[in-house]
Amino acid sequence: MIALLIAAPLLGAAVLLCGGRRLDKAGHWIGTALAFVSFGLGAVLFAGLLGRGAEDRTLVQHLYSWVPVEGFQADVAFRLDQLSITFVLLITGVGSLIHVYSIGYMEHDERRRRFFGYLNLFLAAMLILVLADNYLLLYLGWEGVGLASYLLIGFWQHKPSAATAAKKAFLVNRVGDMGLSIAVMLMFTTFGTFAFTPVLDSVGAATSGAAAPVGEGTLTAIALMLLLAACGKSAQVPLQSWLGDAMEGPTPVSALIHAATMVTAGVYLIVRSGAIFDAAPDAQLVVTVVGAVTLIFGAIVGCAKDDIKKALAGSTMSQIGYMVLAAGLGPIGYAVAIMHLVTHGFFKAGLFLGAGSVMHGMNDEVDMRKYGGLRKYMPVTFVTFGLGYLAIIGFPGLSGFFSKDLIIEAAFAKGGVQGWILGTVTLVGAGITAYYMTRVMLMTFFGEERWRNLPAASPDAPDVEPAAGHGGVPHPHESPKVMTVPMIVLAFGSVFAGAFFGIGERFVHWLEPVTSFEHGHPPVSALTVTAATVTVMAIGVGLAWLHYGRRPVPVVAPRGSLLTRAARRDLYQDDFNHVVLVRGGEHLTRSLVYVDHTLVDGVVNGTAAGVGGLSSRMRRLQNGFARSYAVSMFGGTAVLVAATLLMRAV
Amino acid sequence: MNPVNYLYLAALLFTIGATGVLVRRNAIVVFMCIELMLNACNLSLIAFSRMHGNLDGQIIAFFTMVVAAAEVVVGLAIIVSLFRTRHSASVDDARLMKL
Repeated sequence: MIALLIAAPLLGAAVLLCGGRRLDKAGHWIGTALAFVSFGLGAVLFAGLLGRGAEDRTLVQHLYSWVPVEGFQADVAFRLDQLSITFVLLITGVGSLIHVYSIGYMEHDERRRRFFGYLNLFLAAMLILVLADNYLLLYLGWEGVGLASYLLIGFWQHKPSAATAAKKAFLVNRVGDMGLSIAVMLMFTTFGTFAFTPVLDSVGAATSGAAAPVGEGTLTAIALMLLLAACGKSAQVPLQSWLGDAMEGPTPVSALIHAATMVTAGVYLIVRSGAIFDAAPDAQLVVTVVGAVTLIFGAIVGCAKDDIKKALAGSTMSQIGYMVLAAGLGPIGYAVAIMHLVTHGFFKAGLFLGAGSVMHGMNDEVDMRKYGGLRKYMPVTFVTFGLGYLAIIGFPGLSGFFSKDLIIEAAFAKGGVQGWILGTVTLVGAGITAYYMTRVMLMTFFGEERWRNLPAASPDAPDVEPAAGHGGVPHPHESPKVMTVPMIVLAFGSVFAGAFFGIGERFVHWLEPVTSFEHGHPPVSALTVTAATVTVMAIGVGLAWLHYGRRPVPVVAPRGSLLTRAARRDLYQDDFNHVVLVRGGEHLTRSLVYVDHTLVDGVVNGTAAGVGGLSSRMRRLQNGFARSYAVSMFGGTAVLVAATLLMRAV
Repeated sequence: MNPVNYLYLAALLFTIGATGVLVRRNAIVVFMCIELMLNACNLSLIAFSRMHGNLDGQIIAFFTMVVAAAEVVVGLAIIVSLFRTRHSASVDDARLMKL
């Protein structure tokens, strides 16, 4: 049953990718149907789990032995528990909606069948990742996700920028993957296995002193390597640079990467390995710091981008930062992190699909400065996007409000100076979130209709690209039903999921057996935190309205302040990478080439030349005169005799 | 008479022979010089045999004579055939085996 869940999208990928052009007409339906089959199976399994007692909800299905070697046992086994079923429902549910949306979005793309094959592959890899019962199988899914994201980000490979973005995403992810592989190796040498239960149990036993102690240093190393892996997949500082460029892919891909798959993998990894992080407080601190830095970093980047998808990408980075921060807080944060992940899955998928719908109606224009006043032309997109917007800024009553508020509380509850710092960071982050999301909202749907009289690709503004596609004045229109229906469903999720999960702590109690939960005790009352969050949010919205609502938005971006300019360039992350890593790598390779040419080749060529020169000199001795041979014989004998006599004398 | 004097004589004969091998060009003369060196060795072997009071050296000298006789047969045959083909007995003329 669990295996069937994965097999459905895997089968879809195989059929669609191997089926050839015969399936061009029906390919998208096959892909979508199999995604829904997977979702249906997930729902049935979920119902099955609900029927069991709270402590009895872990199912393990052993499929077959993968690598049966003496002393090295790797099984293909799947584990279904509260944590993985949550992810399964999110992945297949949101994933299926995105499949439906893609039918409309990719309608005019002649490679649509292949696109659906890749989408199915993505789902299958992500399902393997969350359902694996050991770290090695998780690694398989992890790499599968990396592969599928590469294929999808670079789907429009005829655009050099898309091909480059795909390569960048793949390479940056590879750095993280290296962390995961090192963590798995460390685990194997330390515990002799990499199945979840023995590893996590022995970590727990070691820390409580029941079993042979495992050095805290080892655990910290494993935890930090896991964190590196999470940073790569979840686009956390310092491995976040790929996420913005990944917007080169088709919009449904962005929605899938940001909401259901890929970036959630890192959070899943940290929460799943919670026991290891609990045993390594230093690593936990690093996790929270990474989360806090990324939270602010992504938010600042989101404030400055004029590309609607890149602004949303900055927002994703920031929201994942919230989750990582929460996951770093230990048992008070794990369940909260997952809750925010699920609600974020709804509203971010909705926002991205909304952005895709806007682009669809605006000739694939992505610059928000060329939007404006679109609410009249795209009412459904406006309402669904608006609900997603209210959810992400944490408007009271909507889903983001419940989950984000819990994270902020948990951050304060960490206690001490750390708690105050983390709490303040999350609060400020909430304010900036409100600011940049309001900015996106105002620039896109409100204000004057700036797209009506655009300066038609004037040569003096080279960074203003001409509107792609048909050119001329765009005719904004609502998207077809096949695109709007998924947006409406996701909007429902954004509105009600938080209340459904949050009231009575239903979600937290559901996850409690897996992630262990304890109530934090914030230094101020929960009500105060909520009030502060709402206030900060209101300030953010107000500021954004002052900047972008009251004044008209210029079509060409003003030069902006130093911070704006820095944020437009992703806070110089790419330049940093270029100077430190690329330049450094070039220097390293160049010096290695120099050493190779001079030293290694020098030794080799020198030996050859020396032997050659010596033998051409020796050759002269072979002159054919018997008497000269006799001289050398006598000489040799004389030397031998002399040596013998000398040895005697000594 | 002191047997060491025989050794001096043997060394002298050996040196003369060696010098002849190195210096002369006529194959016959070189060949005779080789015989001279062989016999110098025989003389020293016998002198040592006398000095040490056992017969080993004399037995080896007999062997040397037998081998030398065989060698003379082969060597003279080579020199004769060399002279027949090249009309010269100079060792320096026969230098085909060179690079």
